[in-house]
Amino acid sequence: MSDTTSNPAVVEMRAASICTLRDSSLTVVENVNWLVASGEFWVVAGQQQSGKSDLLMTAAGLLLPSNGSCRVFGCETDAFGEAQLDERLRVGFVFAGGKLFSQLTVAENVALPLRYQKNLADAEVLREVETLLEIMELTPFANSTSANLATNWRQRAALARALILKPELLLLDQPLGGLGARHRQWLLHFLEQLQRGHEWFGGRPLTIIASTDDLRAWRNPQRKFTVLDEKTFSVLGLWNEVAASASHAVKELLAEPAGATM
Amino acid sequence: MFFAVVGKSLLTARRLSPTLPPVRGNLAKTFHLANISAFRHAAVPKSYTDQLGRKLFLALLTVQGLGAFALITLGVILKKHRVARGVMRPRVRHEINRAGVALLPMFFFIALALGFLVVGQTVSALAQVGATSYLGSTMVIVIVRELGPLLTATLVLARVGTANVIELGTARALGEVEALEALGIDPVHYLIVPRVIGMAAGIFSLTIYLIIGALASGYLWVFFYFQDVSLTPSDYFKQIAEALNWLDFALLALKTMAFGFFIAIVTCYHGLAQPLRLEDVSRVAVRAVTQGVVVCVLIDAIFIVLYLVT
Repeated sequence: MSDTTSNPAVVEMRAASICTLRDSSLTVVENVNWLVASGEFWVVAGQQQSGKSDLLMTAAGLLLPSNGSCRVFGCETDAFGEAQLDERLRVGFVFAGGKLFSQLTVAENVALPLRYQKNLADAEVLREVETLLEIMELTPFANSTSANLATNWRQRAALARALILKPELLLLDQPLGGLGARHRQWLLHFLEQLQRGHEWFGGRPLTIIASTDDLRAWRNPQRKFTVLDEKTFSVLGLWNEVAASASHAVKELLAEPAGATM
Repeated sequence: MFFAVVGKSLLTARRLSPTLPPVRGNLAKTFHLANISAFRHAAVPKSYTDQLGRKLFLALLTVQGLGAFALITLGVILKKHRVARGVMRPRVRHEINRAGVALLPMFFFIALALGFLVVGQTVSALAQVGATSYLGSTMVIVIVRELGPLLTATLVLARVGTANVIELGTARALGEVEALEALGIDPVHYLIVPRVIGMAAGIFSLTIYLIIGALASGYLWVFFYFQDVSLTPSDYFKQIAEALNWLDFALLALKTMAFGFFIAIVTCYHGLAQPLRLEDVSRVAVRAVTQGVVVCVLIDAIFIVLYLVT
């Protein structure tokens, strides 16, 4: 378990077994005990196929754990249904690669959750979407479809779509995957702003969980780290503990030769 | 909701494989419905009886899955008809346009062809043997009750049903369905309901146009090509009008909407419910069209019985 904090728990997993989306008989991570408190920034690291995406989907309540329990905002995800829609909408999820709706433009993708869930007038939706696109520098691409977008902007548009409903918990699956250096820096800086409290959220800090297969870019003393390796979920703690770790898996994720020191 | 409960109970009864992804909501139900891949991909049995048994079992599972999916969709239509109207109305309009208005030129051509092939020749043949008094009932049985609705359904299945499978299958393979779930949007409501309504409305309207077009063009063919037929337009249409009764109108509406509903269900089921990879999409589209034709014939058979009983 992570260090206990005074902040309320946002995600709480107890002895949870994580299975894959395509095959629930296949457990990819076992016995996950994890507490994510409000306002924290967690980085879930692991090699490909280690179960990062499935762990994030479970934390978002999109997948159910095959064993154990997962609570999001104090609500058991087993019970997530139509009646718990308000709780579900407190969670934003950015898939690896964005998974934008291919038939819609960027602006339509971003507007869809707002128009579907909030039943706002068109002018109000337009104003909100334009503001967010402006913040995320997506205005020039507002009328482009995902097929005409580079990976950098597609990922950013997916983030905008996840943020439009102003969630309290943001989960990002491999957000840096395929991004150029400038976009990586922009995203890391933007996520920091979100965690501290961005103007879009009226200064309210966001709880963030991101997955990665390369820990180096996430170096920051404020973030907390976990590692998935061989079906095991290990909480490492803050960056200094990551740097001091002698684990072979951690060194691989830091792209260091085994046995080297920081 | 009755339909949701019945659909759910059908799904509960269907615990055939332990490898169902534990997702939630209607997406979970669609995963359950598609749980026949284990049978499809199992090793080929050695004996013919085993193979026959597997085919039969697969057919029954498909029927069960389609039935449950139809009930779930019906439940969602009734339960969520007020949800997100601003998003859903344009989507429904788009589907009505796609399955109806956009197909009008093709149906104009088909009506001309049908008029020539069936109506014109029938009128001419009946006139030659002096049996023009049977014209009305013959036209009503052949065009109004059978050929019009069935031909319309088959053409819409080919033009729009196939597109449904490919679009939904691709969306599924690209993870767009999971993205909808992540945004709290019910994929059945957002993706399936507009297609079902659009196709039911489209097939109903196109059938009416096709019947009117075929009957009118049929007489024109007779008038221009078989000029020896002594049948005035007023006699021709009067006979047809007299052969029609209120039941024909009611059953025609029911039948065409049933065609539209079930074609949409079959094509959407195969597109959405299967955990597809991109390379599977074309194979599934072929299967969906085949099953769509079978479903149309079965519905037609049910309505033939209804016509006979009433």
